[in-house]
Amino acid sequence: MAELQFREAIRDAMDEEMARDEKVFLMGEEVSEYNGAYKVSEGLLDKYGYKRVIDTPISELGFAGIGVGAAMNGLRPIVEFMTFNFAVLAADQIINHASKARYMLGGQLNTPIVFRGPNASAGQLGATHSVAYDSMYAQFPGLSVIYPSEPDDAKGLLKSAIRNDDAVLFMESEQMYGLKGEVSEEEDYIIPIGKGKIKREGDDVTVVATGKMYHIAKQAANQLAKDGVEMEIIDPRTIKPLDIELIVESVKKTNRCVIVDESHPFGGLASEVGFLIQREAFDYLDAPVRRVSLPDVNAPFSKPLFDLWLPDAKNVIDAVNAVTYRN
Amino acid sequence: MAIKIEMPKLSDTMEEGVIAKWNISEGDKIEAGDVIAEVETDKATMEVEAFDPGTVLKILVDEGDAVPLGGIMAIVGDEGEDIKDLLKEAEGANGDSSSDDKSDKASSDKEKKKESSDKKEFDPILEGVDSGNGKEKVSDQSDDDGRIKASPLARKMAEDKGIKLSAVDGSGPEGRIIKRDIENYKPAEAKKEGAVQMPSFASEEDEEIKISQMRKAIARRLSESKFNNPHFYETIDIDMERAIDARVALNEISDVKISFNDIVVKASAMALRKHPEINSSWLGDTIRKHGDVNVAVAVAIDEGLMTPVLNHTDKKTLQQISAETRELAGLARDRKLQPEQMEGSTFTISNLGMFGIEEFTAIINPPNACILAVGAIRDVPVVKNGEIVPGKRMKVTLSSDHRIVDGAKAAQFLNTLRTMIENPLAMML
Repeated sequence: MAELQFREAIRDAMDEEMARDEKVFLMGEEVSEYNGAYKVSEGLLDKYGYKRVIDTPISELGFAGIGVGAAMNGLRPIVEFMTFNFAVLAADQIINHASKARYMLGGQLNTPIVFRGPNASAGQLGATHSVAYDSMYAQFPGLSVIYPSEPDDAKGLLKSAIRNDDAVLFMESEQMYGLKGEVSEEEDYIIPIGKGKIKREGDDVTVVATGKMYHIAKQAANQLAKDGVEMEIIDPRTIKPLDIELIVESVKKTNRCVIVDESHPFGGLASEVGFLIQREAFDYLDAPVRRVSLPDVNAPFSKPLFDLWLPDAKNVIDAVNAVTYRN
Repeated sequence: MAIKIEMPKLSDTMEEGVIAKWNISEGDKIEAGDVIAEVETDKATMEVEAFDPGTVLKILVDEGDAVPLGGIMAIVGDEGEDIKDLLKEAEGANGDSSSDDKSDKASSDKEKKKESSDKKEFDPILEGVDSGNGKEKVSDQSDDDGRIKASPLARKMAEDKGIKLSAVDGSGPEGRIIKRDIENYKPAEAKKEGAVQMPSFASEEDEEIKISQMRKAIARRLSESKFNNPHFYETIDIDMERAIDARVALNEISDVKISFNDIVVKASAMALRKHPEINSSWLGDTIRKHGDVNVAVAVAIDEGLMTPVLNHTDKKTLQQISAETRELAGLARDRKLQPEQMEGSTFTISNLGMFGIEEFTAIINPPNACILAVGAIRDVPVVKNGEIVPGKRMKVTLSSDHRIVDGAKAAQFLNTLRTMIENPLAMML
């Protein structure tokens, strides 16, 4: 195991895949000369040259379209967005082309493309730069959505994403790029898309959390453990396809579930997991499933309001107390 | 138009009734007011009258079978009428349904009710933020429609373990029964009949007896009382010599025969007036001291026992008590007691003196706080003025619910009772 930053794990994944397959290339704003807005692509230009590490103009729809076209023609592009908040400009390419081309053309071609970049909020950036898009993109057939929480997951899953023959959205966080974690040094380390992971074992409640929210859940777990409440944290890692079996098995053991979701409440990851649990584990539930998510309110700029808006460990503890009837 | 005849609520505590006898057959013409059946409830055998005239089109329940409250017993209408829909409904209502659509409808109605009550708490804007603030109120366990709230897991666990949810107290929000309630449930605390361990041995002479409605009621009420109410017992020995003399004197002039039991009933009623805490009921949040003194008298009958009530016992004369007790005991033996004649007791007396029982302890008859167990009058040597002489003594034992009554209070009541019986003239004060 090696201790790596999140950004290094992502770079290593891209590096290994670019070395393995010359069809793989990276493009996006500042990815080349500047080594990435968040230094994720550091060193890749030196190693693979301008042909495979390409700076683009500030034109998300344009370069996303180039990426989709390249994928249709047999290349394996990685398109980096400075944030998924800017990728809304490219939504037509993602939603209407990357996800539907193979389907609409009767399987005559594939779209092996990865769109990656930071997702959701990262402090006081205002309403338009703070949106979590993972649940929204999970709505669309033909798209896989990955939102890892730790460097190891990021590496193994990004390699899988690059090798996937359909479009994948790979979501990161500005606030997690510096996060350090042990990363497997296994050669060609692959984590299959759609496989969740039990990151903390416990008998009292199942807490589902991924991405940044996993770390919130972990804080809550550490505090609750002092009171003798053992959370089982499941990180699905992939929003879609969702590893619901893993979650259901856990809920059958703990009889209670809280989902921590960085999206707004309506139709998000939490709604989907909650629905599936009531259907698949109805007779095992000892309390209604609860979720901790953003409110149905746009991100505030004010610091106190922002802190109130974003789920925190206290929200998770309150929800766990409710489902374990401890309040 | 055909109408259904449903199991009526014939007593406050009735949950189902057993058809003791049908007075009608299919095809009979009946008038409103005809007695169509006799139904055995947990308390008595009652007559069921028809409300509407018509022809009996279908009898849905055999004699000896139980029907839940509101269950359909028979269908009455015009001869040759199509009653397919009603039959379908009857299958659903009586609980052995094979038709799904009916039960689906019922459950979807329930869902609707549930949804509308849930809606109050649902705030689409703040959902999500506030996931921890659901401080649901803890109160009674069943809602207005009598539905028991239990988590799906608790329901499943109870079903697997053969525990009736109605016997379990819920500790979750709004009395919801949750996992820990089932785990902590002890069958001994059963409010209703729980799972019973079958003995592993059996012989050919064994006889399995169907449990009558009365037996069920006795089992349920007395188990509940004995296991839920902390009983304690105090016994006092009463000198009966003057009571014996008084009884002889009274019976010389009374046209109804006064029994020792009547004297104990009268004396108890008057003692209860002086000790209202004995004449009380535990209501969970409060204790009710009853304004009236209504003494119930346990009457043994073949199938079990009944406790008819003498209302305003303290205001009645010995003659009234004697006559009324006799009448009620007769009705009890004939299973003709009406529910209201068994309701409203504030104290109960059980007398086994006639069987030569010296003393015994009785189980409190809910919702009373106490019960008095009366033994036989015995010839015993007693010490009087330093000499052993023949005496007449009777032991009574008071069982008290310690949640309401403490030892000293019970003792004070017994002392008053003894004074009354030992000095019958005191009852005239």
